[in-house]
This record gives sequence, structure tokens and C-alpha cells, in this order.
Amino acid sequence: MFNSHNDGGLSRRGLLKGATALSASALILPAGMRSAAAAEPKKGGTLRIAITGGSTTDSLDPATWSELFVQVFAACRVNYLTEIAADGSLVGELAESWEASADAATWRFKIRSGVTFHSGKSLTPEDVVASINHHRGEDSKSAAKPIVEQITNIEIDGENVVFTLTAGNADFPFVMSDYHLAILPSADGKIDATSGDGTGGYIIDSWEAGVNAKVKRNPNYWKEGRAHFDAIELYSILDSAARQNALITGEVDVIDKVDTNTVGLLSRAPGIKILATTGTQHFVFPMDYRAAPFSDNNVRLALKYALDREEMVEKILGGYGAVGNDHPIGPGDQFFAADLEQHAYDPDKAKFHLKEAGMDSLNVQLSAADAAFAGAVDAAVLFSEKAAAAGINIEVVREPNDAYWDNVWMKKPFCASYWGGRPTPDWMFTTAYAAGVPWNESFWDNGRFNELLLSARSELDFAKRKDMYHEMQMICQKEGSTITPMFASYVMAHSDKVATPDVVATNWGLDGFRCVERWWFA
Amino acid sequence: MSILINLFWVAVAVAVAMGAGWLFRAAAIALTKGATARMLRTAPVTAGFGMLVILIYVVVAIFAPLIAPFQEREVVGAQFMVWDSVHKLGTDNLGRDMLTRLIYAARNTVGIAFATTALAFVAGSVLGLLAATVGGWLDQVLSRIVDILMAIPALVFALLLLTIFGTSVLKMVLVIATIDATRVFRLARSVAQDIVVMDYIEAAKLRGEGLWRLITREILPNAMAPLVAEFGLRFCFVFLMISALSFLGLGVQPPTADWGSMVRENASLITFGDITPLLPAGAIALLTVAVNFVVDWMLHRASGLKE
Amino acid sequence: MSVIWTMIAKRLGLGLLTLFIISLIIFGATELLPGDLAKSILGQSATPETVAAFRRELGLDLPAHTRYLNWLFGALQGDFGTSLANKRPISDLIATRLGNTLFLALYAAAISVPLSLTLGVLAALYRNSIFDRAVNALALTSISFPEFFVAYILIFVLAQSGLFPSMAQVDARTGFAEMLYRTFLPALTLTLVVTAHMMRMTRAAIINLLASPYIEMARLKGIKPMRVILRHALPNALAPIITVVALNLAYLITGVVVVEVVFVYPGLGQLMVDSVAKRDFPVVQAVALIFAAAYVLLNLTADVLSTLSNPRLVHRK
Repeated sequence: MFNSHNDGGLSRRGLLKGATALSASALILPAGMRSAAAAEPKKGGTLRIAITGGSTTDSLDPATWSELFVQVFAACRVNYLTEIAADGSLVGELAESWEASADAATWRFKIRSGVTFHSGKSLTPEDVVASINHHRGEDSKSAAKPIVEQITNIEIDGENVVFTLTAGNADFPFVMSDYHLAILPSADGKIDATSGDGTGGYIIDSWEAGVNAKVKRNPNYWKEGRAHFDAIELYSILDSAARQNALITGEVDVIDKVDTNTVGLLSRAPGIKILATTGTQHFVFPMDYRAAPFSDNNVRLALKYALDREEMVEKILGGYGAVGNDHPIGPGDQFFAADLEQHAYDPDKAKFHLKEAGMDSLNVQLSAADAAFAGAVDAAVLFSEKAAAAGINIEVVREPNDAYWDNVWMKKPFCASYWGGRPTPDWMFTTAYAAGVPWNESFWDNGRFNELLLSARSELDFAKRKDMYHEMQMICQKEGSTITPMFASYVMAHSDKVATPDVVATNWGLDGFRCVERWWFA
Repeated sequence: MSILINLFWVAVAVAVAMGAGWLFRAAAIALTKGATARMLRTAPVTAGFGMLVILIYVVVAIFAPLIAPFQEREVVGAQFMVWDSVHKLGTDNLGRDMLTRLIYAARNTVGIAFATTALAFVAGSVLGLLAATVGGWLDQVLSRIVDILMAIPALVFALLLLTIFGTSVLKMVLVIATIDATRVFRLARSVAQDIVVMDYIEAAKLRGEGLWRLITREILPNAMAPLVAEFGLRFCFVFLMISALSFLGLGVQPPTADWGSMVRENASLITFGDITPLLPAGAIALLTVAVNFVVDWMLHRASGLKE
Repeated sequence: MSVIWTMIAKRLGLGLLTLFIISLIIFGATELLPGDLAKSILGQSATPETVAAFRRELGLDLPAHTRYLNWLFGALQGDFGTSLANKRPISDLIATRLGNTLFLALYAAAISVPLSLTLGVLAALYRNSIFDRAVNALALTSISFPEFFVAYILIFVLAQSGLFPSMAQVDARTGFAEMLYRTFLPALTLTLVVTAHMMRMTRAAIINLLASPYIEMARLKGIKPMRVILRHALPNALAPIITVVALNLAYLITGVVVVEVVFVYPGLGQLMVDSVAKRDFPVVQAVALIFAAAYVLLNLTADVLSTLSNPRLVHRK
């Protein structure tokens, strides 16, 4: 997620120092304000965005948000405690500043004063507590429950909200920027999750689930130099060709998830600009660590050498991406282990490892559906084609898109999956690679790796921490049970009437969902 | 001006097609004897063209591995390569030879479509004719079951069934055939209903003809025309259904090629005026037109018109 | 005529039974589908505890028959409940979308039915002529293309040049003329998709009768071919034509989800597909029943008209 090489801004040490001293203004000022000086945003106009992932079953309840449409719609209406700036650094949003105890197990967030909701109600620490509690507890049905489970207690102390954690976590302020953890107005300690109220730059005008949402500028928005449009219209367009057509005919100004098959043709259309950002989003083929033949590391290595990553980036991503090295840390991350040998297509090495495993040939089934990621079935077909040269026979099983995550993912021993990625290595590893966690999709369990994960989380020294993450990436690559062939860019397109800042966020598509308040009409 | 040029080429294509149809018919008449040759003489040029196209498709389908320049699943180059002497129709999104994929798809798609349509027609028309002839409670029960099946939109119905039972070619054929059979049933029943009340049927009944004989000898021949017309279209709808299913991720298993999925995979290129998706779509269209030209001829023969 | 009335009454009664059985089938099918609402909403983010909490809150942990009966009693009192996914009353969700779906279906039908009947009659009249072959080849080509592909081609030709919008965005404030303009491309797409079927059937049904003795007789009497077809052949060819027209009208109402997606038109098809994907059972039920009712009514109308068109059926012994 981070292209930033600003160690001080990202490291745990930097975070602690910046927060305790309350002096690192770069951490607090929204990044948009800094780039604003260069390009002079103008106010006005109605921005029309065509977004995928809208559904008639969408809800305003933050606990249910999972697709791009509701995420961008949320970015219009609500704010969070913290925000990941365009350059990847963490800045305060509704939290003015924060500080941690020495063991990083207690976090104190100072809540911004003078902020009002669209309804006119003032923001209070109680709203923050209720908003976070919405995702906690026995009855929580929130997708964010796993990330707030580390919170054991939330208290109000004057203007501050104090979080007590089960164990030290230097990355906790990052967690508070998660898109589910929107701050909504509360009454009697509970939020009305579906009221649509918020502190964001735009106010709901109309919304029809799965069709469109219209918002207009919040005249009392607290953030300076943000939310430049008079109004924004979000259209849910599921079909990628329809999105392209809408942009070409000028019926919308911005589209997301450009079809990588035709992105080259689209870039040649007059008045249209392609915008691609490479961050943490990556596509994977997890193998069930517990089941033969994947329990044998030689089999896993053979498979890792049996696919052509360059070809996949070229053909599946249309060149918009980077090859993966079988670990989930992107090349833009400051902890990225650049000196690790890059796994590449090598049928001889694959054969060698197969022989080591005592096999002449290998027959496996690979389940895929485009629900896993766009082009997953094609990627599996390419994998299967290239693996044949190494004596590995991969039978591609096209699974229905419907209920893929339910029926196939973590059920079939070898399948396709994706990660939008997490802003820090600790968060990413803890989510999908630590032994026994619910989303450990390969059921991988590596003693040394688990040990390192724990010690890195509580390691204060940046260099030491970097060494640990380096070793963890190596373990993932050499012994891991997940094949990570590629990091996929977010590919968007917009009309040349829309101006974007010099630095566009890479943590999610559409400028980290924030195009609505960071972009403007030229 | 460009419209005129296009029209000219369309005219040339039509002329060549009709010429080929005429030659084919002439050749067929020369090669056959007796009744077959006499029957072929009644075929219009369009039917000759239709038969020629069908014959070509069948030959291509049977001898696909011999004709195709590459392997069905073989990745031979970069994606979307232009048309050249090696890759006559370029390559697809994964760098597989487009011509090869089209040729293999003939085998898979035509096979599936034929099996499905045949199954749907046998089941649908037999039950439909039976319902109309017997009437009474059998008619009511069958009609209401068909009503129920038809009342659930076809795509959603297919989605439900295939998700529950899993996808394989056999299951796909069965599911689509079931859906199509309900439509055939409706048509067969409504046509037969008109026939059943005719005097000659009454007469046949009075003669004491058995039910099976009544249906196959008396009713079916007279209901043949609309059913044959329907067959020509249902055949085509199967391709579209497979295409729609691939939209939901339920189609033919990769790396097997089929025209419906190929249209789907390349469709967005048409947005930029690239005609690649017209190739598989055109393959479907040509076959549909050919089949229906032959159907028209049969229809004409069945109607007994002499002109 | 009393035959007709008894038939209508009987069929309406049976129609209700059909709807009941369909609700059972839909419920059973959604039960059999792997996954449930909780898991499908949470997607990749589902953990066992959150799924359990979700299920508890929505009452999905109740036994299947209890949930079905609860729904049935509500529905019998005209209360279709609320969407499980976003808690909105289903009647609200459906109202505007049903209007949109019917509008588009009627629009497409208003173009395609007269067009295909006219073309069918003309093709039968000038059978085997160049006109006949050309009309057939064109119609067949247009239905050989999948709907979304027809839509893309129309957008490429008619929307990229700026003649018509590629997005059929409509809402309650859109005026009638504006509606017709904005939904022209989806209506044209659907017309191209359904015309061939009806046209071919009209042609086939008429030709099938032309060799009948009574037509021969009419022709020998020197009646003009056009008049023979319109006055003598067409009335007797109506049954299969009506059946096929009803099938296609039903298709226009229930089967247009792909066209809705491509033109971003808010109709019932998308609602149905979304709700199936999310296992939002009450919405699936409500939409399925609307579709089913449309089918039952159209089929009933078709059967009544077919029967009326044939005096022998009206006076069946």
C-alpha cells in the first residue's frame, strides 16, 4: 500500500515519536493540502463516477461494507479517526493526534473539536466509542470484528478516547483507518447504523441501492481544501464494457476497474486518461498446507517454479502490475525484501523439486472463478499451460461465481484468491499467514514465522524489525503455502476534464476511495 | 461512399454464397440417385447453401485436430496479435490462436447444441402431443408443471440448478434441455390441440387406433411445420444460453473452446470497433441462418405447396 | 362462451396454486444453495462468529419450515416483509423497478409485435423470394448474437456518435418522452432479440395452412393472395403465433437482466440476480412471484385467445 520511502513517517518508532510529541505536523495535516499547493484545486462541478460492486442489497450499515460502491459512497459521507494519506503516511482525521503507552498496548486519541455531523449534532468522544463498539462484542455482525477484537476496553477521558489492547500493537492507528470504522452520530451509547448521517464532505441527496447515489457538498465541512465538487453522482455499472462506453460517450467522468483486456485501446480514445496505481493488491493461489501433496514443501516449490509470472502480468493484468515473489509484501513497501531471489518460470527447477518429492509427475486440480479476481480462470489456464512443461498436470476447474468464497475458498485444496492488502506487514501477515487465524487461507503453520511475527510486533528498533520482516518474507517465499504470482494495479480511467493531485493513493482504488474529496475539475 | 463499398462486398458475398449453394446442390443431385435426387431437385439455392454450410461445419467439427494449425489450449504468442500468415485470425486474450479456437469450438458447441436441442424436442414434443391428445387430468398436470418451470426465469432457474448440482457438460445439457423442453411442450400442445379436434382425428379414434399410432401417424405429421421451425431457432438459443451462463461463470469448463464464451470473452473489443468478437458470433449466425434455410425448405415441403 | 369463462376461472384458481408451488420451490432451492445471506454479505471477510451473529439477528437460525411459514402468513396478508440485507420494505424496493420493467417490456413489445407480425405475413406472402430470404437472414443473424453483444454493437453505432445515451438512467422525475428517448437502445436491443422468433413462427404457421383445401378453394375463386392470407389463413394460424408471442412477452418481463446490466437500467431482473447472489430470500420470493404471476397471466391469455381463435375448441365435445 505504501510507495512511501519515508521511514520516519511509517515506522513504529516514528509513529510513537510523532504521536507522543504531537509535533510531527506532516502526520496530522491531510496530505491533500500539501499537494494542493502545487496544482491549485478549483471548486465546482458535478462529478459522475461509474463504479462496480454496487448491489441492490447494499446497506448504509458500516458493518456490511465490502464492495467498492459502498466504500466510495462512504468516503463521501463519513470520516474516520485516521486517514492514510496519498503518499502512504498516516494522518489524523477525526483524531487530532494520538499517543501510545510505552508498551503500545494503550492508545489515547484526541478527538477533534468543532466538527459537526450533517444533522447539526456536534462530534463527541461518545460518538467515537459507540461507532467502534458497533463492530465489537458478542452480537457484532461486522466484517471488521476480527480487527477490533484486540480492543479490550474503550474509555472516554475528557476530549480523548483511550483504547486498551490485549497486547502491544504499534500499528493500531493504522487499524483505525479501516473503511468499516466510520464515525457516526450516537444516542444513548448506540449509533443508528443506517441513518446515512456523517461528518464527511458530502450529504446524501438520494440513494437507490444498486443503481446510483447522489450527494451534494457539505457547506460546513470541517476539512480545509477538500471536497471540491458541488455534487457527486455515483453510478453502479457492473459491466466493464458498459463502464467504458459511459466514459467514452461522456456520460460519466471517472470509471474504476478498467477491463485490462482493452485498456490499451481505451487509452487511445480522445480526452481519456488512464490512471494506474500499484500498491498492496495481490492475487494468490493458496494451497492447503495440511493436505497431500501440498504438505510436501518440494511440491509447493515445484508449483512456484511452474508458472510464468511475467506472462501473467502481461496477459491477465494487461501489463498493469508487478510480479509477485510468493509473499504478500508489495515492492512499494518500505519493508519489502528487494534482495530476495525472484522466483521465475523454470521448468527444470520445478522438475528437480518434483523429483526431490519422489514424483515423476503431479496431477492437481486448481479451482478458480472470476469472483476470486478478474481473470482468475484465465490465470489458472495459463498456469496449467506452463506447468505442463514441468510434468505438472493442472486441471483447471471453473467454479460458479455464486458463493465462491463460501464453497470453494478454504474448502478446495488449491484455488484462486485475492487480497486488497493491508497497510502494514504485521497486519497482512496476521490476517492471512499467522497460524490458526480465520483467514489463513492455506492453513499454513510455520513455527519460526509465527515466532518472528510476535517479536516483530513488539520490536522497537526499526532496523531489527526490518530484519525480521525480511526473514519472514524469505520463509514465506521458500516454505510458504501460498503462490503469489502478481501484484495488480488499480486501473482507473477519467476524462481529461478531471484533475488529480500529483500523488494518488495506492492503498485502494480511486485514490484510496478519496477521489471524491481529493480530485477536482480542471 | 464507404456504405456503397460495403454494400458491394455484401452483394459479392451473397452472390458467392448462392453460387456455392447452387454448385453444391448440383453436385449433390449428380452424386445421388432415385428419391434422394428427386427430393434435392426441389431444394431452392438457399437450402443448397444451408446444407453446404452445415456439411462444412460437421466436417470441421469431426476433423478439428487435423484442420487446426495449433492445439486447442496451446499458448502460442502474445495476447491480441494481429492477423498474419501464421495466425490467420490473430490470437485471443491469452495468446491462443484464434482460428484454432474457432475450429475446436465448432466441435464442442455444435455437439452440445445438437444434443441439447434434440433432447428438448423429443421430451417436449412427445409430452406436448400426449397432453393435447389425451387431455383431461394428464393435460392439466403436465401443463401446470410446465407452467411452474416456465414461470421461473430461465437464467435464474439454470443458475439455481447448476449451482446446486454442479457444472459438467452433461449437467449443462440436461438443464438447458429441461428449460427448452418446457417451451417446446407449450408449442407442441397448442398446435396439437387444433389438430385433435379435426374430423380425421375423430375418424381415426373411431377406427380404434392406439394412442401411440394416433400421435405418430395422424397428429405429428400435421404438427411438424411449426415444430421444425421452432427447432431451427431453439438450436440457436442454446448457444446464447451457454453464452449467458458463461456470464455467470457457469459455462463450459476451460480450456475448452466454445463460441458463446468466446463472444463473451472478446465482446468488449467491439466498443472500439475491433471486429474480433464478430468471428465467433458470426460463426453462430452463419450456422443459424444455414439451419433455418434448410428448415424453410422442409417447411415448404411439409406444407405441400407446389409452387 | 361459458366454456371460456369456466376455463378462465379454473385457470386462475390453478394459477394461485402454481404461485404457491413456486414459492415452495424457490424457498427449497434457496435453502439448497450453498451459503446464506450472512456469508454472502460478509464474503471473504466472514468469520464463524460474525456469521453466527448475523444469522441470529435475521432469524436464519430458525428451522426452515418455521421461516417459510412465517413468510407465507405474512405474504397471505399482503406483507412481503423487508429485505434481509438492507432492512428496506420489499414493496418499496419493488415498486419503481416493477414500473421500469413493465415500461421497457411494453415499449419493446409495442415495436416488436407489430413488426414481426407484419414481416411474418409479408414473408409468407412473398415466400421464397429474395425479400423473404433477406428478412429471414437478417432476423436470424440478429438473434444469433447474444443480447449483450447486440447491445454493445448498438452502443458502438448509436451511442458513441451521440445520438442516444448509453446509460438508460431513469427515475420517478423522468418525463414520458424523455423515458422513451433514454430507453430507446434497450428497447431496440430487445426488439432485435425477440422479433425473429415471432416473425418466423408467423411465417411458418401461415405457410403450413396454404396447401389446405379451403385455401386452395379461396385462391381458385380468384381472391387476392394478400386477402387469402389475412382473411383465411391467418385466423387459423393464430394459435401457435399467440403462444410464441406470449412466450416472448413473458421473456421481455422476466428475462432481460443482461440488457438491464449493460444499459444500467434499474429493473426487476437485476434485483432478482442480486438477491439470489446474496440469498436475500424474501426479495427473491417476491420477485419470483411477480415473474410467475406475469407468466401465468400471459399464458392464460394466450390459451384463451387460442381457444377463441378456434371455434372447434370453444365448442369442444
